[in-house]
Amino acid sequence: MSEQIKKDKAIWVNVKTLVRTVNSKYFILYAVIALIIILTILSDSFLSLHNIINILRQSSMVAIIAVGVFFAIVSGGIDISVGSTVGLAGVIMAKSLVELNLPIFLGIIIGLAVGTFVGLINGLLVAKRNIPPFVATLGTMGAVRGLTYVLTNAYPVSGLPKGIDFIGRGYVGPIPVPIIIMLVVYVLAYIVAEHTRVGRFIFAIGGNEEAAHLSGIKIDKYRIFAYMTSGGLAALSGIILVSRLASGQPNAGLNYEFEAITSAVVGGTSLSGGKGTILGVLFGALFISILLNGMVLLNISSYYQQMLKGIVLILAVMVDVARNKGH
Amino acid sequence: MKILEVKDIRKEFPGVLALDAVDLSIEPGEVRALVGENGAGKSTLIKILTGVYQPDNGTITYKGEKRTIANPLEGQKLGISVVHQELNLIEHLTIYENLFLGRPLMKKVAGANLIDWKRIKKESTALLDRLNVRLDINAKIHDLSVAQKQLVEIAKALSFNCEVMVMDEPSATLTDKELEVLFTVIKDLKAAGVAIIYISHRLEEIFNIADSVTVLRDGKHIVTLPIHETNRTKLIEYMVGRELGAEYPNWKRNPEEPVLEVDHLESAKIKDVSFSVRKGEIFGIAGLVGAGRTELARAIMGIDKLKSGTITYRGKPSNFKDVSQAVKKGFGLVPEERKSQGLVLQMTVRENISLANIKTVEKGMFISKKLDRDTSKKYIKLLRVETPHHDQLIKNLSGGNQQKVVLAKWLNADASILIFDEPTRGIDVGAKVEIYNLLVELIKAGKSIIMISSEMPELLGMCDRIAVMHEGKLMGILSKEEATQEKILHLAAG
Repeated sequence: MSEQIKKDKAIWVNVKTLVRTVNSKYFILYAVIALIIILTILSDSFLSLHNIINILRQSSMVAIIAVGVFFAIVSGGIDISVGSTVGLAGVIMAKSLVELNLPIFLGIIIGLAVGTFVGLINGLLVAKRNIPPFVATLGTMGAVRGLTYVLTNAYPVSGLPKGIDFIGRGYVGPIPVPIIIMLVVYVLAYIVAEHTRVGRFIFAIGGNEEAAHLSGIKIDKYRIFAYMTSGGLAALSGIILVSRLASGQPNAGLNYEFEAITSAVVGGTSLSGGKGTILGVLFGALFISILLNGMVLLNISSYYQQMLKGIVLILAVMVDVARNKGH
Repeated sequence: MKILEVKDIRKEFPGVLALDAVDLSIEPGEVRALVGENGAGKSTLIKILTGVYQPDNGTITYKGEKRTIANPLEGQKLGISVVHQELNLIEHLTIYENLFLGRPLMKKVAGANLIDWKRIKKESTALLDRLNVRLDINAKIHDLSVAQKQLVEIAKALSFNCEVMVMDEPSATLTDKELEVLFTVIKDLKAAGVAIIYISHRLEEIFNIADSVTVLRDGKHIVTLPIHETNRTKLIEYMVGRELGAEYPNWKRNPEEPVLEVDHLESAKIKDVSFSVRKGEIFGIAGLVGAGRTELARAIMGIDKLKSGTITYRGKPSNFKDVSQAVKKGFGLVPEERKSQGLVLQMTVRENISLANIKTVEKGMFISKKLDRDTSKKYIKLLRVETPHHDQLIKNLSGGNQQKVVLAKWLNADASILIFDEPTRGIDVGAKVEIYNLLVELIKAGKSIIMISSEMPELLGMCDRIAVMHEGKLMGILSKEEATQEKILHLAAG
């Protein structure tokens, strides 16, 4: 075989692998575009600036949680306690503002601390006590939601100070604040995931815990960090929600874990750990909210919406499983 | 009379011609060694013989009849079975449950089909008796040694009335003593007329057990010879396609002062072990599987808890509490299981190289793309890692090149005590020599190496001193001059 043919062949193989990586990594991008096209055709009101901003604002809370869940999943685990954490962090912040008259920024810090603390407990259970992540966070999911009801007697905490509404309902220029917070979270998460040792190590641990351990990586520390991030971001989402609703609702964030996990998985995060991209998660979250928004515009009943969410999650996992098998 | 004959087999995968006009035929009672480097096409050929793959071209003749083998089960039913390198047994089930897994013997009770456990147990005992091995059929697989598991696999193959048995690297994890048992079993099978295709990287044993040998290289059939018409050197030349030169490098051995002192070390698996390793020395550790060699490495690295004893490194007490401490102080472990312990397979070459010392590629809080890339490129060049790109996924590299990346990781971590656990397991002959040469370069650069190995020639060829372990104890330390295979075996047997 002549050198030229070999070379041509090599280039061809490279092109093929390139296409394949784009396909597998950014498959979700195509899905989002396809969905936008379909909905634009089906509904007149879909492709308007107003609706797009609406979609982004609605997606922001789940999208922020999805980032935390992403880190937990990439580390080889999962976090299903995030929905409950949204509720707990929200009501504790609301209470600290209403009952203790604390300044708003202090309330926010307390809220974030509560979420991070729930994450710390998850992390300790998983890393130090070797409890399977699903079970550990299932436990905290129940316990944390219960605690929220105990603290509030299941009544909403209302009478919040005025300044708080900026976070959930304010605008900077034409852009709603939650969208800005979401974008900041994604940029930071991208930097952490792609450009710091924390990200590198979390990927390594999820990819091969034993090899990471034997390379001298303090795996417990980074796994705990992943869960703390997850809890902290759930709390951030809870704070935005309190601000939007102008009250601390004890059942806030119910089922958010479902949408967050779906966003991460639809965005290409592998449930077997060690694989995924922040950009993928963003598109995953957008996909889910566009889908839901589209169904509302098309007057599809909310029962169907719930069904479809479940089906989308299963389809996404099927793709993930098939992809892992292919290698 | 041939029992199995394949002619002109061709198999192409996207971008790779795995087999190109390969012929192979075998007679009943013949033991045929199948050798070749990784990627030579051995596994593909085996998979075609057993029905996992279908050939693109060529014929398979079994017992004088041309046929296709649609899937492994059909192959097994015909009488062609494989004993895999990675054993396919279910760990928490018993021997007898595994032997008849997926095709239980049934009985009818009151019209219902139930599993006939009594008959299964009886048949299982009979199968093990045929192999002349003493194993309790009620034993759970996870309580068996690797060697015993292999015997169970062989028994399973026999239960299909196997007439052609393919053994895929059966010896990779066996000690010499266990190997003897395996060879006895092979001889019995041979006497019973079973044709055996024996794949191995260990050439010594091929001369022990095989009648004939087939060499594959780059998907092509190179030669088939009666075993007595060839020798080790020639075989290697056929496999590599060129003259190899000396297998073990020659260098001016010049170990300096002791740097690592291990004093009365005790852990759950090792008892009262003491030795010292010098700067610029290769210190070998021999012993049977289960003798505590890997556990000794783990104890030194701070992975397993120490009960008592002290480790001193360059005069400083160095009983590490965890691996990260050991790594910081310049200790590195190249583990036995490259894929499950040494590398993060879904990461790139680049990402694996910087894993043990991320500091070297960081600028402030962030990983610098440039430093990361340059570091990986440096080691790819230094260790001559064959990879199309530093961003290639590590799982796409050959075993030898993967091992080089593990080594690169420790060089980047500036490790000066390197513990190699079976450094050349599953690595091609050609790549082995490269690894040996790299070890020598490390030694010359003033590092110290502890080399755990089950391959006696490797220990004898490379080590300045060889410690022999048995049941967690260190039985003796032999200098290069006094060490022989016999002496090591004698100590290893306890």
